[in-house]
Amino acid sequence: MQRYSAFQLFKQALTGNTGWQRAWRDPAPKPRYDAIIIGGGGHGLATAYYMAKNHGMANVAVLEKGWLGGGNTGRNTTLIRSNYITPGNTEFFDHSMTLWQGLSRDLNYNCMISHRGQFVLAHSPEQMDIYRHRANVMKGQGIDVELVGLADLSRRIPELDTSPSARFPVYGAIFQPLAGSVRHDAVAWGYARAADARGVDIIQQCEVTGITRAVDGRVTGVETTRGPIKSDRVGIAVAGNTSEVCRLAGLRLPLESHCLTAYVSEPLKPVLDHVVTFGAGLMYVSQSNKGGLVFGGAIEGYNSYAQRGNLPRVQNVVTDLLAMFPNLPRVKLLRSWGGIQDMTMDGSPLMGTTPIPGLFLNGGWCYQGFKATPAAGWCFAHTLATGTPHPLIECFGLNRFETGHILEEYPQGPEPMLH
Amino acid sequence: MRIRCPFCGERGLEEFSPKGDAAPTRPALSNKDPEAWHSFVHLRENPKGQHREYFQHSGGCRAWLIVTRDTRTHNILDVTLARQEKR
Ligand SMILES: Cc1cc2nc3c(=O)[nH]c(=O)nc-3n(C[C@H](O)[C@H](O)[C@H](O)COP(=O)(O)OP(=O)(O)OC[C@H]3O[C@@H](n4cnc5c(N)ncnc54)[C@H](O)[C@@H]3O)c2cc1C
Ligand SMILES: [Zn+2]
Repeated sequence: MQRYSAFQLFKQALTGNTGWQRAWRDPAPKPRYDAIIIGGGGHGLATAYYMAKNHGMANVAVLEKGWLGGGNTGRNTTLIRSNYITPGNTEFFDHSMTLWQGLSRDLNYNCMISHRGQFVLAHSPEQMDIYRHRANVMKGQGIDVELVGLADLSRRIPELDTSPSARFPVYGAIFQPLAGSVRHDAVAWGYARAADARGVDIIQQCEVTGITRAVDGRVTGVETTRGPIKSDRVGIAVAGNTSEVCRLAGLRLPLESHCLTAYVSEPLKPVLDHVVTFGAGLMYVSQSNKGGLVFGGAIEGYNSYAQRGNLPRVQNVVTDLLAMFPNLPRVKLLRSWGGIQDMTMDGSPLMGTTPIPGLFLNGGWCYQGFKATPAAGWCFAHTLATGTPHPLIECFGLNRFETGHILEEYPQGPEPMLH
Repeated sequence: MRIRCPFCGERGLEEFSPKGDAAPTRPALSNKDPEAWHSFVHLRENPKGQHREYFQHSGGCRAWLIVTRDTRTHNILDVTLARQEKR
């Protein structure tokens, strides 16, 4: 691997930028691998990287039906945070935050990780009480969060309407300083390049169309649009397509696929230094390095594989944004796009083994899969390499719905559209 | 997406509340098999293609509907009254 550095940049600039090498190879699939990962998003690529790095397994293939990061990894609103209070979630997302902190250096790839901090607004004294409770639990677990009063808030987010006449008056916020944003494409590309350098085969334009099994039920490999490939370990990391791919192995899952839309405005001068999350509805906004306001809201609420939403949700999300920032109505929306999220029955992911020997699952990430990428890859690599779930993901097991060990950060009942 | 309510005619999506897959049928209350209940409460086909699902015309006549829709295109193929279904 050609290392990226300031010196390299300088040298290439002097030689007309003709000496840059490909970031990763484009190999043809081999007939057999020690492990196959379906899905070339952040999760699949991170899994391959940590299998090679932490477990010395390099004879691994990542199969992607389109292009790397063309799924939710390249479609999300790039926010990371670890402000959870439910046992299981807390430790897992804390591990993810730790990995984010060293990621650019570890991958020798600038992921543009920006710990700009996230405010979640409270719109009533009672909501402030709930945040006080959440903050206490988080602090007890070593997660750095603080409660922010109104005066402080209006100083730190000058554009926010903190007046008593606001549509939803603000009473304060809970703030996580380490939360922030990461360049999403760079996460996919950085993991791909680093995994490739350790010998992993990354195979694009290769859709998995079947999962082959022995008479005793064990997995023996996959059928793809580029021919059959053998392996006795297959890991699934296909986000919105999880039900479809699991159906190939006859598995029915506790999840539904729903469309979530992201929006970006025309570029503005810096107006927002932090991530701000609305507290009276599901909506959040940050400003990208290019100046666009990047924001998102709730899923559409009905099953969808269409990667595009409908107008009522656009209006709803924009209304929430303007309730917080009433000075923005003349800002133009530049683009919006949808991604298909795998929404589970309790809002928590599905990770670990499946009833089928040799078949492993990483899915059901709902709204929280991007921030989970490093830890999900780390733990899924352990699971594929050893055959048993990493301790940090035992709580995410597929069988928890049968045993009653539901993991709900915000209890809503078995309604995927509400998580 | 616009849905043709049997009572009110074709109306915009914003008048309707989605309520998910219409396929699962509740096991008999005497059914003591945990697997049957697990399947009813949690497991879903989640098809890429035709899907029958509940919508309530909550911003209109409040009727419960069953909409048959293609989840790849949002194309609506059929709308019936939920109460007409034999369950
Ligand atoms: C609009 C939007 C905003 C979001 N915002 C955030 C956020 O701010 N913070 C956050 O933490 N999370 C966010 N998420 C969720 C997050 O993006 C996802 O959970 C996460 O990116 C999933 O990563 P992944 O690698 O599992 O999936 P993906 O990146 O979707 O990768 C899966 C890959 O599998 C491939 N695939 C599918 N089927 C097959 C097959 N049969 N054969 C081969 N390949 C296949 C797909 O082409 C795809 O590239 C958001 C999601 C959306 C849609
Ligand atoms: Zn009606």
